[in-house]
Amino acid sequence: MTAKQGRNIAFTAIVLIAAAIWVFPLYWALTTSLRSENRIVSDAGVLIDEFNLSAYIEVLSTSKLPIWYLNSVGTSLISTFIVLLTGMMCAYALSQLRFPGRRALYLLVVASFMVPVPALYVAQFVLMSDLGLVNTWWGIILPQLIVPVVVIVYKQFFDAIPKEMREAVLLDGGGEFTLLFKLYLPLNWGITAALAIITFISVWNNFFWPFLVVTSESMMTIPVGITQVNDAFGVFYARMMALALLAAAPVIIGYLIFQKRVTEAVMISAGVKG
Amino acid sequence: MSKTNRRRRELRAAILLIAPFLFVFTLFFLYPTYKVIAMSFTDAPLIGEGNWVGLANYTKLLGDKLFYTSVWNNFYFVLLTVIPTTIIAMLIALAVSKLKGRTQALVLTLFFLPYVLPVSVVTMIWAWMLDFQFGVLQPLIAAITGKPVPVFKNPYWVMPMIAVVTIWWTNGFNVLLLIAGLRNIPEDLYEAAALDGATPWQRFWRVTWPLLWPVTALVLTLQLILQLKLFDQVYLLSNGGPFNSSYVVLMQMYREAFQLNNGGYASAIAMVLFMIIVVVSVLQFQLLRIGGRRK
Repeated sequence: MTAKQGRNIAFTAIVLIAAAIWVFPLYWALTTSLRSENRIVSDAGVLIDEFNLSAYIEVLSTSKLPIWYLNSVGTSLISTFIVLLTGMMCAYALSQLRFPGRRALYLLVVASFMVPVPALYVAQFVLMSDLGLVNTWWGIILPQLIVPVVVIVYKQFFDAIPKEMREAVLLDGGGEFTLLFKLYLPLNWGITAALAIITFISVWNNFFWPFLVVTSESMMTIPVGITQVNDAFGVFYARMMALALLAAAPVIIGYLIFQKRVTEAVMISAGVKG
Repeated sequence: MSKTNRRRRELRAAILLIAPFLFVFTLFFLYPTYKVIAMSFTDAPLIGEGNWVGLANYTKLLGDKLFYTSVWNNFYFVLLTVIPTTIIAMLIALAVSKLKGRTQALVLTLFFLPYVLPVSVVTMIWAWMLDFQFGVLQPLIAAITGKPVPVFKNPYWVMPMIAVVTIWWTNGFNVLLLIAGLRNIPEDLYEAAALDGATPWQRFWRVTWPLLWPVTALVLTLQLILQLKLFDQVYLLSNGGPFNSSYVVLMQMYREAFQLNNGGYASAIAMVLFMIIVVVSVLQFQLLRIGGRRK
C-alpha cells in the first residue's frame, strides 16, 4: 500500500465518522425509543441493547397519529396536484403564447419570491376565517398553493423545447391544451417529478401555517399534532422518541427511495443544476 | 386560417390556461398582501373591522422595547447561523466531492437526511438529547462548563443552541447546492493548476473559491432570508424565553395577532419584517456582487 492510498483510506474513514456523528441524533432517538421507560432514566448505554416495541404500540394506540397521517397525506397530495397543474398551465402560457400583460404577470410571479410568506399569515388567517375554512383541509391547503418556483422552473424548461415540434402538432390540428398535455408535459416528466417532490415535502413539513389554522386535534397534520402529544406524555421519553420517529418515517422512507430525485429537485428549485 | 383568427384563439387559450393560477394567486397571495398592508394602518382585532389609525401602529413599534429585542435577536441568530452553516456546508461538500461511488452516495445521504424531517421531529429529538437530567449531551456540556446546563432555559445558551439545532436541520440543503457548484468546475482547471505546481491550498483559493463564488453567494442569500424568518424552532424549544432572550419578530407577530388579538399591530410587525428582508437581501446581493467582481 502506498502512502497515497493510506491517506485516502484515512480520509474516507474520517468523513464516514463525521457523517455518523451527524446522524447520531436520529440513531439516539431510535435507541431511546426501543428501551423501556425505566431504563432510559437509570442507565444510558449508547448501543442498541434492547428491542422493546412497547413505546411504539403505546403511541399508535393512544395518540391520534393515524388521523394526522391521513390529514398530512391528504393535504399534501391535494396541494401538490393543484400547485403543479395550475403552475404548469400558467408557465405554458407565459412561455409559448403571446397575450397582453404577459411580461407583467411574469414579473409579478418573480417578485412574489421576495415576500416572506409568514408575514401574510395574519391576513391569510382572517381570509380563511371569513371563508369559514378554519379547522378544515382547505384551510390548510389554499394559502400553501402559492409556489412561484414551480411556474418559473416550468417556464424555463418549456422555453427550451424546439419550436418545430410545436408547429408539427399545430399542423395536425392540435390546440394549446393538446400541445401542453401531449407534448410539453411528457417531455418534462423528470422535472415534474422533481417539482412534485419539493412541493410535497414543503407542504408536508410546514409547521407554522397548519399550527395557526387548525386548533382541533382531529384536523391536525403530523408536524403540529405530535407537539400536542408532547405535553400529554410528559417525561415518557421512549414514547416521545417513538412518536418522533413514526412521524418522520414517511419522509425518511420516501427520501431513501427517491433519493436521487429529491437531491435533483432541490438543486433545480434553487436554480443550480448538478 | 386568418391571422386575426389565430391571434384570437391564442388569446382565448392563454386566458383559460392562466385563469386557475391567477385566481389562486390573486385570492390567496395578492389579496392577503394588500390586506396586511391595509390592516397595519388600523386598530383592527384579529377578526373584525378596525378604525383607520394612520401610522399609529408604526410609531408604537418604534417605542416598543420588546420589538427591538426581537429584531436584535433575529440578527443575532443570523450571525450565529448564516456564515457558520455556509462554512460547515462547504467543508462537507469539499470532503464529499473527494469521495467516490457508493461511499460518496452514502455520506451525502447521511448529511442530507435531517433536511427532510419535520421541524417538530427535529426539536423533539434535540430537546431530549439536551434534557437537563437525562440528556445524552449533558455530560459533554458538563465536561466543558463544569456542570449540566438547562440550555433552553438559560438566556446565554438558548440562541446558540437553537442555532446548532437549525444548522443540523437545514445544512443538507446547502451541502447539496455547493456540491452541484463544485461539479460544474471543469476538471482540467485543476490539472492545469497541478501542472503549474500549485499546492492544494492554492488550488482551493485560486480555482475552487472564485469559481464556486456564485453558488456560495446564493447559499448565503437564501440562508439569510430563511433565518430571518425564524419562528418554529423558537416556539417549540424555548417559546421565546427565558426573559425574552429568544424572542424574535415572527414570535411577536404571532403573540400580538393570535394571543393578544391585535391584528393591526401584528400586521405592522409583519410589514416591518417584510421591509427588513427586502432591504437586507438587496444590500447583501449588492455586497456579494462586488465581492464576486473583485475576485
